[in-house]
Amino acid sequence: MTKIVVVTSGKGGVGKTTTSAALATGLAQRGHKTTVIDFDVGLRNLDLIMGCERRVVYDLVNVINGDANLKQGLIKDKRVEDLYILPASQTRDKDALTLEGVEKVLDGLKEMGMEYIICDSPAGIEKGALTAAYFADEAVVVTNPEVSSVRDSDRILGILSSKTRKAEQGEGDIPARLLLTRYSPERVESGQMLSVEDVKEILAIDLLGVIPESQAVLNASNSGSPVILDRDSDAGQAYEDAVARFLGETREHRFLTSTKKSLFGRLFGG
Amino acid sequence: MSIFSYLLPKKEKSASVAKERLQIIVARERSTRGGPDYLPQLQEELLMVVRKYVPVDQDAVNVQVDRDSGCEILELNITLPEQE
Repeated sequence: MTKIVVVTSGKGGVGKTTTSAALATGLAQRGHKTTVIDFDVGLRNLDLIMGCERRVVYDLVNVINGDANLKQGLIKDKRVEDLYILPASQTRDKDALTLEGVEKVLDGLKEMGMEYIICDSPAGIEKGALTAAYFADEAVVVTNPEVSSVRDSDRILGILSSKTRKAEQGEGDIPARLLLTRYSPERVESGQMLSVEDVKEILAIDLLGVIPESQAVLNASNSGSPVILDRDSDAGQAYEDAVARFLGETREHRFLTSTKKSLFGRLFGG
Repeated sequence: MSIFSYLLPKKEKSASVAKERLQIIVARERSTRGGPDYLPQLQEELLMVVRKYVPVDQDAVNVQVDRDSGCEILELNITLPEQE
């Protein structure tokens, strides 16, 4: 049984690709055969985050058009067993991505025995984002604790409830869970940032995880290694927890409070 | 927060302002979601007609489509100003 998961957000730059890379890597680390697909046609970036940019020969559109077969298009990860990457095309022709073509690719991946297919959606609510979400069985909505991101996430939730194949076939809403990224407990405590409860209350969906604002995320993208592989980092551990929850385990949420300040710091605003 | 900030007049925290604004806009956007595309224009034109007779606010006219088992209900809600 293959599960197709779309990682989406509406707003750009909130951490969709970082999350797609971490989620796919985490699932594969736990022995689940996983492919992560970059749907951002024209603006390929997942390859950089996964650190395989120099190994890209064929891409999603090549496979759809039959210029290459699926096995040629897939890049096998060198660090983690059972992990494959299908990069986006850099063509500027947005119509290159057809629903029929994408379905064919997904069916091919199912035949290969993939357990999870992670679809890294482009930003926006245009055709690319709709295509990435269309075949999904489940969604992860990446949101920053900030007004425009929360509003866009709500719009995306509305789209997910009507524009997926399951919705069109009358099977109802696909499950969608919230992943709150770039969370800064210090700023929440001082009343300058929406809290995880605030965002949960507004969007009214289940929480998959909270990823703290962390230097580790930039370090990971700098070096082309998914942040979940950085096991010593807060963000890496938070993603690890999120993957466990994704698979049905119960894990308490961590990194939600700031590290304790000294009395001196509290008095003088350290 | 330092000891000195307790002495300054209280200012509303920006996060609570953000939450309030979001709750309002999200509720408004949800009410028109999934409805036919003509809803916003219908609302606009209804407002113009009502305004010919009664001076009302921008948000005095509320248009909503509800789906009940098998039938759709177009609900119009017009709030008139209080009589002088």
